[in-house]
Amino acid sequence: MPSKKEKEPVFSTKNKRAFFIPLNENNPITIQVLGICSALAVTSQLIPSLVMGIAVIVVVVFSNLIISLLRNLIPSKIRIIVEMTVVASLVILVDQILKAYAYDVSKQLSIFVGLIITNCIVLGRLEAFALTNKPVPSIFDGIGNGLGYAFVIAVVGFFRELFGSGKLLGFQIIPEGLYNMGYVDNGLMVLAPGAFIILGIFIWVQRTITGTFEEE
Amino acid sequence: MELINLGIESIFVNNILLAYFLGMCSFLALSKKISTAAGLGVAVIFVLTITAPVNWLLNNFILQKGALVWLGDSFKDVDLSFMTYIFFIAVIAAMVQLVEMIVEKISQALYSALGIYLPLITVNCAILGVALFMVERKYTLAQTTVFGISSGIGWALAIILMAAIREKIKYSNVPPALRGLGITMIITGLMAMAFMIFSGIQI
Repeated sequence: MPSKKEKEPVFSTKNKRAFFIPLNENNPITIQVLGICSALAVTSQLIPSLVMGIAVIVVVVFSNLIISLLRNLIPSKIRIIVEMTVVASLVILVDQILKAYAYDVSKQLSIFVGLIITNCIVLGRLEAFALTNKPVPSIFDGIGNGLGYAFVIAVVGFFRELFGSGKLLGFQIIPEGLYNMGYVDNGLMVLAPGAFIILGIFIWVQRTITGTFEEE
Repeated sequence: MELINLGIESIFVNNILLAYFLGMCSFLALSKKISTAAGLGVAVIFVLTITAPVNWLLNNFILQKGALVWLGDSFKDVDLSFMTYIFFIAVIAAMVQLVEMIVEKISQALYSALGIYLPLITVNCAILGVALFMVERKYTLAQTTVFGISSGIGWALAIILMAAIREKIKYSNVPPALRGLGITMIITGLMAMAFMIFSGIQI
């Protein structure tokens, strides 16, 4: 069990780092390249993107917390299976709650709620952070990474819905007049290629701003 | 005939990677060289061919509502479908482990070629995705098997093509911020567009 010798304040610098770094500098999607699958699949509209973001935040935070509490009890040889079981149980909970309170969205997300289990962000954070850190920083790391993920898919969802169907959150944004003048929705945005290209451009813009480059 | 159509559809039209975005993580991470891409592709086909039918049996004889009726009449109202995720992921993890051991026994050459990629496949969303799609679309056993194999082939095709493109792109002058992940995403987008041409093909 964790020793309680040095007591650090909840909002210490280390915890703040664990929280803020994944938002931009070490964003799970654009820099760590984790969890791309669901990032693309659910973003054809904004509402499912937001719901998915929240679901992932919940799963990452709680799995980080649980694994961090258990970190001294798990034998390292079977840790992957233990982690998978914890994550799968959390995902089942999220899935059941979604089915009960937001049935339409849960139908729209279809299999991708289940695929949070294999979302590399969750397992990646467990392996990289929760297994070696105390519960409090692990929660912050979970929130930070979850928010970093949610932010990216919200942006991608925003652009895909706006350009793909001229709506946001289901409301018409682009005025009728523009359609009468000959504006046409870009159907490609709703389809798969739009997702890839929007995310590619997002990464481009973000890396230009932060100045992180990758060597090929 | 219907099965052939399903096969072609899942390889080209509804390619598991380019249309459903499944298995992107390993696709992006391991598509730098053709040889690794081919190794991983074969491993995915292999695992999908085995796990898809096994998960079908599991779903139809244990998990679905009324599936346990073979145990006796008192089980006919048991509905274990909320356990689907945990069962599937456990089967996949166990299968991958089993496949790894069998391959090691049978063919040392194949084992050293696939070796390091096999464990990675457990967390490849394509595998779990195929199992979940099979439940959602209510496929029969034959359909599931074809769907599993051809999804694997489609995935392998996409990653090998991508690796070939990335080996060439090394020599191009890409803007520094776009290098690596950015340009890969955009190329994948173009590839997905190209694959959309296949839609509507029927035999």
